[in-house]
Amino acid sequence: MSHVVAASCQNAHLFSGCGFPAPSIEDFYFTPLFKIGSVGFGKPGLLLLLSALIVIVFFWVAFHSPKLVPRGAQNLGEMGILFVRDQILRPQMGKKGDKWLPFLVSLFFFIWVNNIFGIIPILYFPAMAKYGFPVALTAIVWILYMGLGIRHQGLGGYMKALTVPPGSPAWILPLLVPIEFFSNVIVRPFTLSVRLFANMLAGHVLLLVFALATWYLLSLSIGILYSATSFVVLILVTALEVLVQALQAFIFTILTATYISGAYEAAH
Amino acid sequence: MQLAMHLHHLLYVAAGAPGSSSGTPYWNHIINLGALTYGLAAIGPGIGIGLIFGNTIQSIARQPEAAGRVTGLMWIGFALTESLALIGIAVPFFIK
Repeated sequence: MSHVVAASCQNAHLFSGCGFPAPSIEDFYFTPLFKIGSVGFGKPGLLLLLSALIVIVFFWVAFHSPKLVPRGAQNLGEMGILFVRDQILRPQMGKKGDKWLPFLVSLFFFIWVNNIFGIIPILYFPAMAKYGFPVALTAIVWILYMGLGIRHQGLGGYMKALTVPPGSPAWILPLLVPIEFFSNVIVRPFTLSVRLFANMLAGHVLLLVFALATWYLLSLSIGILYSATSFVVLILVTALEVLVQALQAFIFTILTATYISGAYEAAH
Repeated sequence: MQLAMHLHHLLYVAAGAPGSSSGTPYWNHIINLGALTYGLAAIGPGIGIGLIFGNTIQSIARQPEAAGRVTGLMWIGFALTESLALIGIAVPFFIK
């Protein structure tokens, strides 16, 4: 574990003289395990590659020889794809958006598997808690919806669709257009990436606080009672994390679908 | 004047000894600014999330057959509102 504890604090329990080893931003910095050229691969990078591998292998196993009556992994794969299609794609884009299904399925399951690593033993780190990774995904989505919008509606037309809400009186436009431009073109990628990142960061810090508290409070005194309580809360927080992980993957994907559909046609 | 000094000393002791990190260097010994930031940032989203869930409960009570659609929209609204509070908890980590 990369958690930094002072060298004199090997026995960091209650009443042993060491302070509580609180989680800090240092817990999110990992030394690279190996370098290829000048690119270092640490734990978060390797987890990212592992999750991509898991998603690819799962969907290949499920669909490499699909049968009309699904068996085994194909069942699960179909459930996953139909969930993304019926809950995320169809409500936002309708039937004509079906060509975006592979992209959205990959996005959803990639983010979800990465998030799940936050509660898997031994791994115990949600890769999206390093800000660079959601930024990379958001960059793809931003280039996608800006490029599609400019291609389908022209630069002026797309800017008009983004910045002028339909039915707004002309006298308010000098105030409204800069605000809407700032909000839709500059703030959207920021909030999209920070939403995913901050959810995973906060969840990981919560888990760290209660896990460290369980260990720290474990002393042969009243501390055992506190430690047991902290352990129970740790389990509850893990359950909350399960919900938050799936929810954040869902939100990222559904917002991507919304932005892409907004690029095809003006919002109504 | 004396009262202010006593109050200052009280806060100094209550906020924990020197050695508490984070917050700007100027106010380190009085209060942890990162925690204060998050506390203030959570007011708005707290009200917002309460509104979202309250309205969802009301709408399902009025029209139970719309529960599926309304619940889906509720989750979207919840995540968008929650993200503001979470930006508040993440910012003190990377802005010193």
